[in-house]
Amino acid sequence: MRYIPNTEADCQAMLAAIGVQSVDELFADVPAEVRLKRPLRIPAAASEADLVAYLRALAAKNADADRYTLFLGAGCYNHFTPAIIGHLISRGEFLTSYTPYQPEISQGTLQAMYEYQTLICQLTGMEVSNASMYEGASATAEAILMAHRVTGRREVVVAQGVHPEYRQVTRTYAQQIQFTFHEAGYTPAGGTDLAQVQPLLTDRVACLVVQSPNFFGVVEDLTALAAAAHAVGALLVVAVAEPVALGLLKPPGECGADIVAGEGQSLGIPMSYGGPYLGVFATLEKYIRQLPGRVVGATADREGRTGYVLTLATREQHIRREKATSNICTSQALIALMATIYMETLGRQGLRQVALQNLQKAAYAKERLAKVKGCSLRFSGPTFNEFVLQVRRKPADILGGLLRKQIIGGLDLGRFYPELADCLLVCVTEQNSREQIDALIAAMGGGR
Amino acid sequence: MSETTVGTRGLVFNEPLIFERGSAGRVGYSLPALDVPAKKAERLIPAALLREDIPGFPEVSEVEVVRHFTRMSQWNYAIDTGMYPLGSCTMKYNPRINEDMARLPGFARIHPYQPEELSQGALQLLWELERDLAEICGMDRVTLQPSAGAHGELTGIMLIRAYHEAKGNPRQKVIIPESAHGTNPATSAVCGYQVLPVKSGPRGVVEPQAVAEVMDENVAAVMLTNPNTLGLFEDHIVEIAKIVHAKGGQVYCDGANLNAIVGVVRPGDLGIDVIHMNVHKTFSTPHGGGGPGGGPVAVKRHLAPFLPVPTVEKKGERFSLSFNLPKSIGKVRSFTGSFGVLVRAFAYIRSLGPDGLRRVAEVAVINANYILSQLKGAYHLPYERHCMHECVFDDALQVPDNVKTLDIAKRLMDYGFHPPTIYFPLIVHGALMIEPTESESKETLDQFIAAMKAIAREAKEQGDLVREAPHTPRVSRMDETRAARQPNLRWRPKAPPGT
Repeated sequence: MRYIPNTEADCQAMLAAIGVQSVDELFADVPAEVRLKRPLRIPAAASEADLVAYLRALAAKNADADRYTLFLGAGCYNHFTPAIIGHLISRGEFLTSYTPYQPEISQGTLQAMYEYQTLICQLTGMEVSNASMYEGASATAEAILMAHRVTGRREVVVAQGVHPEYRQVTRTYAQQIQFTFHEAGYTPAGGTDLAQVQPLLTDRVACLVVQSPNFFGVVEDLTALAAAAHAVGALLVVAVAEPVALGLLKPPGECGADIVAGEGQSLGIPMSYGGPYLGVFATLEKYIRQLPGRVVGATADREGRTGYVLTLATREQHIRREKATSNICTSQALIALMATIYMETLGRQGLRQVALQNLQKAAYAKERLAKVKGCSLRFSGPTFNEFVLQVRRKPADILGGLLRKQIIGGLDLGRFYPELADCLLVCVTEQNSREQIDALIAAMGGGR
Repeated sequence: MSETTVGTRGLVFNEPLIFERGSAGRVGYSLPALDVPAKKAERLIPAALLREDIPGFPEVSEVEVVRHFTRMSQWNYAIDTGMYPLGSCTMKYNPRINEDMARLPGFARIHPYQPEELSQGALQLLWELERDLAEICGMDRVTLQPSAGAHGELTGIMLIRAYHEAKGNPRQKVIIPESAHGTNPATSAVCGYQVLPVKSGPRGVVEPQAVAEVMDENVAAVMLTNPNTLGLFEDHIVEIAKIVHAKGGQVYCDGANLNAIVGVVRPGDLGIDVIHMNVHKTFSTPHGGGGPGGGPVAVKRHLAPFLPVPTVEKKGERFSLSFNLPKSIGKVRSFTGSFGVLVRAFAYIRSLGPDGLRRVAEVAVINANYILSQLKGAYHLPYERHCMHECVFDDALQVPDNVKTLDIAKRLMDYGFHPPTIYFPLIVHGALMIEPTESESKETLDQFIAAMKAIAREAKEQGDLVREAPHTPRVSRMDETRAARQPNLRWRPKAPPGT
């Protein structure tokens, strides 16, 4: 076996040194009556060549974004990723290193994490960020748990414009500790309805959770929502599912957000059928001791040289056990590294330019699709790179027709919103050429 | 140090933070020309909702980014550079072919919401992986969704809670041995359970009597790690499971140490109801400096109705995602799990096959016992028995010379080894927990043993050399107290003079 260096002869030499006759003696503590007396019933070992052939055949059964035109977003976005990301994260020193508990020999990972935390703060306008969490939905759930720790309250108000799966996951977490969950609807503009939010906000509410751009692609007026939450002493949690938008949008930190949680997949991470992704989590300095997850801090070594360490460990499970701020003991270090390389490569101008192209291309598509017979815009609010199209024909039929032209045309919103069963959520990114957009419009029955 | 020591020093570069590199206007990206009519952002979104700039964001060229990260990478220890004897972390070799497979466009460039008929290959992989893991664990169903081991634990305890709730009472307590990983009690607390600690017996394992004394109808579950964090097989597990089941409780197994028993014994055959696996341990997906992980959870049939949605099902030749699970605990994360990580785990399992996986366990156990046998005498062994995949020593023989576990750990770096897991499990004072895995050759183990013995000698003869270690890495010991007391968690621009 190419992954196991020791041969039978090596093993025999070691067994002799240990002072046993056979490996079975080392397993003597495993009761004989429960041991497996047959080989595992899984396929026999594949050679590297056979493995590649098998997995290539499986991969070929999937429609990938190189072969199909994608107008599907809904929390997972098809953005361009510079080649250097794949090359740099493949360096074994990043790929195959452990969690940096030994800072003297982990400074590469630690400095990269410190840069990641800084970039997330700059992008979101928040004061502190952790070193990353699993993905957007569980990060949002962790934000609610943190709001509970800060306020001591057990009710939450969540806008329906928050990604449906983030809401589902948040409920799964919250039902463990008997939280009361309120949902607030949306206006004809597609933003969160403040008139529905207000009556739900009481002094029992730990936080108001909204998303911007929200699931319909609509940019929320966060400042007004923050004021409403703060008026009753609740925190404002802003979920972000499409962080590329923050290249253009006013950051949540400047709008009164107390916690920003969300998904970093847009920042250079492949769609990969749903993961691994990147949970973003940022907050204000005053809540630093309530922050969940790993955090890296700058300090100095004995000679006074700057270096980085995992810090604030007294919040964490390996010290606090059942009193920890979260049960999480990992981050998404390598995925956060991808986002770090992406943000640094695009930089101050690039992220803005990418965001602007998303906005402009989506606006082009939105304007023209709205004029196609049988199509109209469901919401009137400003959107970033996604928008909701109301259609006269059944969305499933439309999507089926598009598939025959190798176009994955968007999301049938009826899947998550029964009242929007006549709507499609359409996404356009910088990866969609005008030719592709025009083809979509034509396929939907529109002219040029 | 002798010439056989692998730890040494090559040319190491200094590299500032990226924020201190570059200059205004420098770019590292390229973008196709805009092919739709240009419109100002303010015409599409109200100006009050827009920003002008991202202050502080880097302005660097592509070559600067490449050099920045390449230099920083060289400050890291990694499996690709040397042995990682980290107990309970199973730092084994990460096969490169698995990386290539996860990056095939048909896996990496597919959207989680694209139609099922266009995702059959991905669904088939998930379905087959579930079957493989169920067989390896001796369980009936597996959810592949949890993002890491602790997330798997959380899912597992939620399943147990839902199971008890369906019977009318969620119960209030979870029994956890004191040797358990900290995530076990933290997870129980997140699920609203009170933790009932039990001590390990004199042989380092949990005695059935200790469980029987605290087990009652208010206990939802016992959480056991098997093999445990002392590297010992919990040999009373079958009896403990009977005691717990008799009172209607569930047996949760933390599968962090599954590597030691894969193919030898199946947790499901021991009476375990739920187990999470760490694919980044047993199934070799790269740690990546601390994530992404993966924590599939396997359950017995009676818990299957509560699994998180979606599950992957097969009807005829067609695979699909099923959301039709009325008693499900709900969703534990977005979409369908960390698919890219699961591709790597699947590739690993299929590369080894049944014989290879069993060989993994056997060689991992031989390697650990070899270290145990060779270091006995040089270091104090709190439990004198054969071990499974890891052995636990402590610093009792070095403390009289004022050398502690932390010093021994740091000194190992100078010899070219990553330190073992230290000060864990908590029940061994000054623990040094060593797990070599099956990836290390006898020669590497001999070098490690020689380094450990040399450090034991140094502790007696040149204590300062050990206490001030490490001497070889680019930086020395960090001031962790300062980091925690005066948190500096992000770069900020230096204030211009005069402000």
